Amino acid sequence: MTINVSGEAAIVGVANTEFTKASGVSELELASVAVRDAIADAGLKPSDVDGMTTFTLDNTDEIEIARAVGIGDLTFYSRVPHGGGAATGLVHQAVMAVATGMAEVVVCYRALNGRSGHRYSSGVAGPLLTSDAIHWGWYTPSGLMTPASWVAMYTQRYMHLAENVQDAMFEIAHLQREYAVKNPAAFFYERPFDRADYDASRPIVSPFKMLDCCMETDGGSAVVITTAERAKDLKHPAVVVKGVGQAAAANMESMTSFYRPEIAAIPSMDIAAKMAYEQSGLTPDDIDAAVIYDAFTPIVLWQLASWGFCDLLDAPNFVLDGALRPDGRLPTNTHGGQLSEAYIHGVNGIVEATKLVRGTSVNQPNKTVNNVLVTSGVGVPTGGALLGKLD
Amino acid sequence: MTPEETKAFEDELYNFVGNSVHGGPRKGHDDVNAAMIRQWCEIMGDANPAYIDAEWAAKSTRGHTIAPPAMMYAWTQEGYKVASVGRPESDGQARLVRFLASKGFTGSLGTNVDQEYFADAKIGDSIFEDSIIESISEQKTTGRGVGYFFETFAKFTNQDGTLLGTQRFRVFQFIPPAQAEAEAPADSGLEVPTRIQAPRGQDNKWWWDACDEGKVLIQRCKSCQVLRHPPRPMCGECQSTEWDSIESTLDGEVFSFVEMHHPRVPGYQYPLIVAVIELAEGTRIVANVVGCDVADVHIGMKIKGQVDQVDEKTMLPQFYPIAS
Repeated sequence: MTINVSGEAAIVGVANTEFTKASGVSELELASVAVRDAIADAGLKPSDVDGMTTFTLDNTDEIEIARAVGIGDLTFYSRVPHGGGAATGLVHQAVMAVATGMAEVVVCYRALNGRSGHRYSSGVAGPLLTSDAIHWGWYTPSGLMTPASWVAMYTQRYMHLAENVQDAMFEIAHLQREYAVKNPAAFFYERPFDRADYDASRPIVSPFKMLDCCMETDGGSAVVITTAERAKDLKHPAVVVKGVGQAAAANMESMTSFYRPEIAAIPSMDIAAKMAYEQSGLTPDDIDAAVIYDAFTPIVLWQLASWGFCDLLDAPNFVLDGALRPDGRLPTNTHGGQLSEAYIHGVNGIVEATKLVRGTSVNQPNKTVNNVLVTSGVGVPTGGALLGKLD
Repeated sequence: MTPEETKAFEDELYNFVGNSVHGGPRKGHDDVNAAMIRQWCEIMGDANPAYIDAEWAAKSTRGHTIAPPAMMYAWTQEGYKVASVGRPESDGQARLVRFLASKGFTGSLGTNVDQEYFADAKIGDSIFEDSIIESISEQKTTGRGVGYFFETFAKFTNQDGTLLGTQRFRVFQFIPPAQAEAEAPADSGLEVPTRIQAPRGQDNKWWWDACDEGKVLIQRCKSCQVLRHPPRPMCGECQSTEWDSIESTLDGEVFSFVEMHHPRVPGYQYPLIVAVIELAEGTRIVANVVGCDVADVHIGMKIKGQVDQVDEKTMLPQFYPIAS
């Protein structure tokens, strides 16, 4: 028997903590606050929760949070690997748990002191002899050891094949800052920049300037998922998960898949998109807005192609035509994204996507929003989800 | 500080931007003279005859010695009395530093100096400096602590008003970390940093050991002869665990590349180019491209590799351009 999970589960509560550069509190506290507030946003009690899921990267045990928040018995808990590639993987886990009856109310969470604690920009190096350490060992002696450097390698190749890439990178960085300028929760609230600032911003790894890179944040985000049936009786209109997919395409390395015939591509997301569209019965034309993982500006371009909004090499022109703007074809990263709101490994993006379906985004597009795409980080095994109004 | 207190503090702080440091141009205590030039060159280890050899300089295009341009701001320094009596009450920079210190930002670290030179200074010239507080950053968290960067901008002119040069001086004023941390034993500082080594395990040690011997090997499936890199214990084509290897000729072509700017890691040499390289044998390898201008590196560039000792501990393939 095959179960189609489409429409079986719904997001009913979401929350972010305050986003800062120095939270002054533990990651356990950030996670507990986000989880507590997401449960409250759903109009549920902690004791209603019986499932939890997070990133393998998260430092805080589910049971520690459960105890802190007053969550009772857990019958489902799981973790998703591959850094930011896990973001919508949490939704994937929760939907499967709820659709199969393994749990009724699942909280997805991620919290990190990403700026005052361990910083991802500091790169990878360490004494542990794991398969992961051996993998990085093919790159660190040459100096290739930061997330920016790995994604820049794909980007240089993409710039070789496509036109107007740098202009489109600016458009993405600038547009998202414009959204953040109007978002009081965003780190860059009321702090705009212009093309001259972008051009003058510090080179990180060519071709990336500082303004092409996401920030590092202290904060947490959480999302509550339950059955579509139970969602009907809760506080907010249900935001159902119409489709969700994840994939690790063939010949994958974590961030360094440099050995495929063409590296200016993200085949894992192509597969995840196909799965999510098939489950949901939706097509790209049905998607009204998007939250697309944006650790670096060009990865937004490639994902637009994966999800069928444009061709891979035409993505810069699609963006330069204003498609991602408030009045465009696909308003995208309306919270400011991880470039300008906060970097919570994409889970703040799931919060924003939920708000877009609810109609409560701080930059809500002036049109009917029925279906919203939200994606995970790329370069690693990844995924995405299609959220929508309950039919 | 509460967010409100921080805002009030920053409002006051940013009012310093544009302030003059000395209330207008100030003249150096001594005019440009041979004795100070000689002492400066001695300390800096600079034996350039254009600065210190009057006989040589008389025959040079200038016809006389000049002051080392980098010495520009030595002429207008306050001198040792700063250490004993401090800067004058009216000094704009001192006022800014005092204001920051009053809020706990007592640590001070000069981070960088940029100078530009436009004209020579020669013996007998008077040097004038006119400085302002040019900018103050938003609050930053660095390895030293939380604080603010500020930049002064100085113009140096001579007695005729000719612009000799300009200088930007950047200072990080920060809240120093707790005493305990400050008292942690310092590194001996004697060891020269090397590149981060690849950890060696059962599946890759043979490759790095060969690299140490100056050879770049490519793993080959014994069963179906397919080459693979990076090495792994099983052939993805035929699932055989039997393998041997061939030695690469290191003829290759740049498939993609990046230039690493930030963060700079001790043990690495910059500018630093890292490339995905397509080898003539058909496999790819990630390695440095060296021996050419950064601007000349491009996708499709023909290169040839060799294993170089890049530091005390590290043997690595390095690829050089092929003269076309």
